[in-house]
Amino acid sequence: MQASDRFNINSQLEHLQAKYVGTGHADLNRFEWAVNIQRDSYASYVGHYPMLTYFAIAENESIARERYNFMQKMLLPCGLPPEREDD
Amino acid sequence: MDTVDSDAARIQEERRKKEQELASLTAVAFDKDLYGESNRFEGYERSIAVNEDEEDQDAGEREVARRLASYTAPKSVMKELPRGMEDEDVGFKKPSKIIDREDEYRQRRLNRIISPERNDPFAMGEKTPDVNVRTYADIMKEEALKREKEETLRAIAMKKKEEEENKALDRGKDASTAPAQATQKRRNRWDQSQDQDSSSKKAKTAASSDWDMPDSTPGIGRWDATPTPGRVAADATPSLSRRNRWDETPTPGRLADADATPAAGVTPGATPAGMTWDATPKLAGLATPTPKRQRSRWDETPASMGSATPLPGATPAAAYTPGVTPVGGVDLATPTPGAINLRGAITPEQYNLLRWERDIEERNRPLTDEELDAMFPQEGYVILPPPATYVPIRTPARKLLATPTPLGTPLYTIPEENRGQQFDVPKEAPGGLPFFKPEDYQYFGALLNEEDEEELSAEEQKERKIMKLLLKVKNGTPPQRKTALRQLTDKAREFGAGPLFNRILPLLMQPTLEDQERHLLVKVIDRVLYKLDELVRPFVHKILVVIEPLLIDEDYYARVEGREIISNLSKAAGLATMIAAMRPDIDNIDEYVRNTTARAFSVVASALGIPALLPFLKAVCQSKKSWQARHTGIKIVQQIAILMGCAVLPHLRSLVEIIEHGLNDENQKVRTITALSLAALAEAAAPYGIESFDSVLKPLWKGIRSHRGKVLAAFLKAIGFIIPLMDAMYASYYTKEVMFILIREFQSPDEEMKKIVLKVVKQCVSTEGVEADYIRSDILPEFFRNFWVRRMALDRRNYRQLVDTTVEIANKVGVADIVGRIVEDLKDESEPYRRMVMETIEKVVANLGASDIDARLEELLIDGILYAFQEQTSDDANVMLNGFGAVVNALGQRVKPYLPQICGTIKWRLNNKSAKVRQQAADLISRIAVVMKQCQEEQLMGHLGVVLYEYLGEEYPEVLGSILGALKAIVNVIGMTKMTPPIKDLLPRLTPILKNRHEKVQENCIDLVGRIADRGAEFVPAREWMRICFELLEMLKAHKKGIRRATVNTFGYIAKAIGPQDVLATLLNNLKVQERQNRVCTTVAIAIVAETCSPFTVLPALMNEYRVPELNVQNGVLKSLSFLFEYIGEMGKDYIYAVTPLLEDALMDRDLVHRQTAASAVKHMALGVAGLGCEDALVHLLNYVWPNIFETSPHVINAVMEAIEGMRVALGPTAVLNYCLQGLFHPARKVREVYWKIYNSLYIGSQDALVSAYPALEDEENNIYSRPELVMFV
Repeated sequence: MQASDRFNINSQLEHLQAKYVGTGHADLNRFEWAVNIQRDSYASYVGHYPMLTYFAIAENESIARERYNFMQKMLLPCGLPPEREDD
Repeated sequence: MDTVDSDAARIQEERRKKEQELASLTAVAFDKDLYGESNRFEGYERSIAVNEDEEDQDAGEREVARRLASYTAPKSVMKELPRGMEDEDVGFKKPSKIIDREDEYRQRRLNRIISPERNDPFAMGEKTPDVNVRTYADIMKEEALKREKEETLRAIAMKKKEEEENKALDRGKDASTAPAQATQKRRNRWDQSQDQDSSSKKAKTAASSDWDMPDSTPGIGRWDATPTPGRVAADATPSLSRRNRWDETPTPGRLADADATPAAGVTPGATPAGMTWDATPKLAGLATPTPKRQRSRWDETPASMGSATPLPGATPAAAYTPGVTPVGGVDLATPTPGAINLRGAITPEQYNLLRWERDIEERNRPLTDEELDAMFPQEGYVILPPPATYVPIRTPARKLLATPTPLGTPLYTIPEENRGQQFDVPKEAPGGLPFFKPEDYQYFGALLNEEDEEELSAEEQKERKIMKLLLKVKNGTPPQRKTALRQLTDKAREFGAGPLFNRILPLLMQPTLEDQERHLLVKVIDRVLYKLDELVRPFVHKILVVIEPLLIDEDYYARVEGREIISNLSKAAGLATMIAAMRPDIDNIDEYVRNTTARAFSVVASALGIPALLPFLKAVCQSKKSWQARHTGIKIVQQIAILMGCAVLPHLRSLVEIIEHGLNDENQKVRTITALSLAALAEAAAPYGIESFDSVLKPLWKGIRSHRGKVLAAFLKAIGFIIPLMDAMYASYYTKEVMFILIREFQSPDEEMKKIVLKVVKQCVSTEGVEADYIRSDILPEFFRNFWVRRMALDRRNYRQLVDTTVEIANKVGVADIVGRIVEDLKDESEPYRRMVMETIEKVVANLGASDIDARLEELLIDGILYAFQEQTSDDANVMLNGFGAVVNALGQRVKPYLPQICGTIKWRLNNKSAKVRQQAADLISRIAVVMKQCQEEQLMGHLGVVLYEYLGEEYPEVLGSILGALKAIVNVIGMTKMTPPIKDLLPRLTPILKNRHEKVQENCIDLVGRIADRGAEFVPAREWMRICFELLEMLKAHKKGIRRATVNTFGYIAKAIGPQDVLATLLNNLKVQERQNRVCTTVAIAIVAETCSPFTVLPALMNEYRVPELNVQNGVLKSLSFLFEYIGEMGKDYIYAVTPLLEDALMDRDLVHRQTAASAVKHMALGVAGLGCEDALVHLLNYVWPNIFETSPHVINAVMEAIEGMRVALGPTAVLNYCLQGLFHPARKVREVYWKIYNSLYIGSQDALVSAYPALEDEENNIYSRPELVMFV
C-alpha cells in the first residue's frame, strides 16, 4: 500500500478485501492462488446441488460421497506446497 | 499616649475582624472537604445531564432531518454541495481555549504532576529494579505518605476550628490573648506538617534541632534573642500582646528579626545585636514580606489553586519554596496588590509555572536513606553524624538566594537575557517552521536558537527533530501537519518513547491550549501509541495524567477521544501495567484524581473486557484500608455501567455482588455511590437482569426507611431504576412500599432530592403493575400540591423533570384528570409557570388526544391558551406556539366555534407594533391552517391570505419569513385555484423577495415558489418564471442545504411548466461561473431538469456545450451527465450510444477531473443498463476506462475502480477477469498491486461466478492445479 493510500477511502477498501481469505496480493505465488481457486471451486460444487448431482451421475457415485470427496479435497487441494526457491 | 493606645486597640479590633473573616472562609473550605456537604461533583447527575444534552441535540437534528425529508435528491449529490462552505465556517469560528470554558473543578487537572516514568517490570525479567527507577512499591509508599499528611492536616484544621470556636466564645473575656493563641497554633501546625513531610531520618534530626525549639516551648525566650533597637522594652517583658502585634504590621525591623530565628548566629541575618534592617539591606530587600508570611500559613490557603483545598499535588519538598503558594499572601494583614490580584484569578501562565515548579521539586526531592544505601556499596563507606552546628537551610529568603525558582516573587523579576532570542518581532522561524505563539516559546524556544545542527549530539538532534515535528503538527498548515504526523508515526520507535512523551505530554498540560491543538496532540499520541506498543509501559501513568481530564470534558468529541486513547493505551500496555499505574490513584486524597481514575478504569474495562478486571475490582471494593478505595472501586462499576450500557448484562450478577456490601458500609459516601452504581447498572441492564438485583432489594428497601438526605436520594434513585425491571406484580408491591417515602419527600426543600423523587415517581408510574386508581387517589393530590408551584418553573432541570413526570402520569390516568388540574394555571401571573403548564398540556394532548376533554374543559382550555398566548413576553415563544398548535389540532373540528375569535386575535396581533408579536401571529397561522380547513373555514382562510399578502412589505426578515410560511401553509391547504389573492398576483410579489439574503426568508420563499411552480405554474406567465429562474441562480449560493435543495427542485418544476429550453440555456450559461459550489448546484439542476423533462430534451444542448473549450464547462457537462444517468437509470439505455463519443473524448483527456467525472458517468451508466443489452458500448467504454487504473489521485482512482465495479455488474465478472489476468503476475510489483486490488474487489463481488472462468492451470510435478471436474461430460 502506498503512503498516500493510508488515510483515504482506499485503505478501507484494502481492509475490507483483507477480511476475505480468498483475496490475493502482489506477493501471491502460483501455488497459493491455485489453492484458492481449487477451494472456491469445490465450495461452489458443494454449494450448488444440481452441480453435485451432475458430477454424481458422471462419476457414478452417490451424491453424498461426491460431497464428502469434495470436502476432503479442500484440505490440500493441490498437494503439499512446493519448496521455496529463495529460502 | 492615650491616642496611641486607642489607635492600637482600634487596629487590633480591625485585624481580629478580618482574621475571623478569613478564618471563617477557610473553615468553610475545610468543612466542605471534610464532610463533603456541598460536594456537588459527586456522582450521577453530571453524567445524566450530559446525556440529556446529547438527546436534546439529537432531537434538534431529527427535527431538521424531518423537515428536510420532503425534498428529493440523491444523498451523494447533496453531500457534494456544502464542501465549499465548511472551510469558511472554520475560518469564522474563533479558536477557543480549553481553559476558558472549564469550570473550577475541571481546572484541577492542572494540579496534577506528570510523574517521572515508572519501572516496567515486564521489561526487566528477573532483575531487581534499579534504585533510580520508581517501582510500584515506591509509588504506593508516596501515596500513603501523602494520605497520612492529608489526614493530619485535616485533624489540625479541625482542631483549629474548634479553637476558633472556643476563641469566639472567649473573646468577650480576653480580647488580647485570643489572636496570640491563633498565631501560636499556626506556627505549630507548620512544624507538624513538616514532620509529616519528611519521613526520613533527616526529619528527625531536624526535629531535634534548634529550629523547632521555640515552637515546642510556647514561651518566647529564644525567639526574641535578636533584639531590635526599637523594641527593647517589649523584649524585656515578653508578653503575649507583643507577639500579637508582631503579626500585625510588618515593619522592616521585625522582618529581619523573623529571618534570624532559625539559625541564630549562622545566617547573616542573625547578627545578634544592633541589627537594623538597613544594616543588611540585601537580605531584607530580597526577603519581601510575602514569602515569610506565606511560609507560616502555607497550608491554610486552600484557595491557592482553584478549589483544591489543601494543595493536593503539593509534594513535601514543594512546601518549602515560596513559589508554591504565592497566594498565601491573601492571608496577610496587609495583602500586597499582587496577592489580591492573584486571589481572583490565576493566569494560565502562572498555573503553568506552578505546575512546573512542583514537577521540578518532585524530581529534586532529597534522597532518602534507603535510596542512598542502595546507591553506594555497603563496605567502604561510613555514615557520619552531621556536625552539631549544621542547620539545614529552611529560610525561604535563603532558598531564594540559593536556587532561583522560575516564579521568584509574584511581583516582578528581571527577565534573564538570552542573546540568542529576539523579543519584539516573532522571528521568522527557520527552516520553514510554522509561526510561534507567545506561549510556545517555552516549549519550542530552543528551535529558534541558531545553533549548528551538526555540532549537536545525536540525542539533541533527535530532540530537535521531535520538537520541529510537534510544532508543525500543532501550528502548521494542513499539509505540513499531515507530513509531520506521518513522520512522527513512522519514526516513533526510532525516536523512542521517552523523548517523544517528554515533549508531547507537557504540551498537553499547557494551560493556553486550544481545542484544535489538543485534538491534534491527542492524535499524535494515538498514532505513536500504536507504533510503540509495549514500549509505552513506563509512561502509562504520565499519559493517563494528561488524558484522563478529557474523560470529563464538556465536549463530547473530547470525551470520545480520551476514551479511545485510554483504550489503545490499555491494549498496548496490558492489564497488569494499567492496574499498576492506576492503583495508587484509586485512594488518592484528591477527589478529582479519584473521579478521573474511576472513569479511566471503566474505559480499561471496556477495552480489555470486564471479566479481566473483575478480580481486581472485587479486591478494591473490599479494601479495608481506606474508604476512598472502596468508593472509587464502586464508582468504577458505575462508570462501567454508564460506558458499556447493555454490554454489562453477562457480568451483571458479578458486578452487583462486588458492590452490594457497599450498601451497608460505615461510610456515608460509600453507601451513596453504591446506590448510584446500582442505579447505573439497572439503567444499563434495562429491561433485563432483575434476578441479578435480588440480593440488593432488601437492603435498598430497608435503607430508604433508615436513611435521610443525600443517601436516601441515592437509594431512591437506585430503586427507581430497578422497579421498571420487575414483573408487574412485584413492581406494584415494591412501588407501594416506596411510595409513602416518596410522598413524604415531596416536601423536601432539597433540589437534588426533588429531582430524584420526580424521576422515581415517573419510573414507578410507568411500570405495568401500578394502577390508575391508585395513582389518582394516593399520588396525585400530594403531587400537585407540592410540585405544581411557580418555583418549579424557574430551574430548567426541575421544569423538564416535572413536565416529563406529569406526562407519564397522564399516560396512566388520562388527559382529563391532568389537564383539568392545571388548566386554570394557564392564567397564572408568572410567565415561566404558564409556559410549563402549556408545555405539559401540549405533550399530554399530543400523546393522548383530546377526546377525553369535555365541553366545559374545552372552553377553559381554549380560553386559557388564548390568554397565555397573548400574554407571552419572553423570547422563547415556541412553547406557546407548539402548545396552541397541538391543542387546536387535537380538538380538530371542535375548534370551529372558537375560530373567529382566534383569527380576530391573530389579525389584531399581525398589526402589532412589536415584531415579535407579529411573528408569533404569523407562525400561529401556519400551525392551525390544517384545522381551519377541517372546519370548513375557507373563507376565513382566504381573508387571512389577503391580510398576509398585504404584510409582504414587512421589513423584519424574521417576521417576513413567518408571513411567507403562513402563506405557504394556506396555499397548501386550500389549493392554487381557491387561493386569495390569486396566484398570478401573489407570485410577482414574491419575485423581489427572492433577492432577500436572510436565510429564513429565503427558505420560506423558495418553498412557496416551488410549491406554486409544482401545483399552479399555469397561473403565471412564462416570462415571470424566467425572471424567477435568474433569481434562483443566486439562491444556489445559499449556505443552508435545505435552500439549495429546494432551489434545485424548483428548477425542475419550472422546467416542467414552461419547457426545458429556456431554463436549460440559463443553467448552461451558469456553468461558466467561477464558484465551484454554484457550478455543482447548476449541474444538479440540469440533471433534475433532464429527469423531469426526459433526457432527450436536454442531452443535445448539453453535449453541444461540451464543445466549449473551457475546463469548468466541460467538467460541468460531464458532471451533469453523471447525475443524469444516475437519475434516469434504465432510461439511459436509449442514450448510451449518443454520449459514447463524448465520454471517449473525456476519458482520453489530459485533465484528471475529466477522466474522473467521465468514469463516474460510466459507472452510473453501466449500473443503470445492466442486463439491457448494451454490452457492446460498455466494453468499448471499459477499454477507455481501463488504462486509468494506475492513477494515484484518490478521487480519480476511486471513480475508476467504481466504474470497473459497474462494469462487473453490467458485463459480468468473467469479462472483467479477463482484463485482470494480464497483470496479476506482471513482473513489476506496482502493476501487480493494482491488478490484485481489482481482482480482489471482483472476487468479493462475485466469488461464485468466477469459478467457471478461472484460467486452466497446468499441473506441476507434485501439485495438481487442473480442475478435472469441469471437463466432465455426460
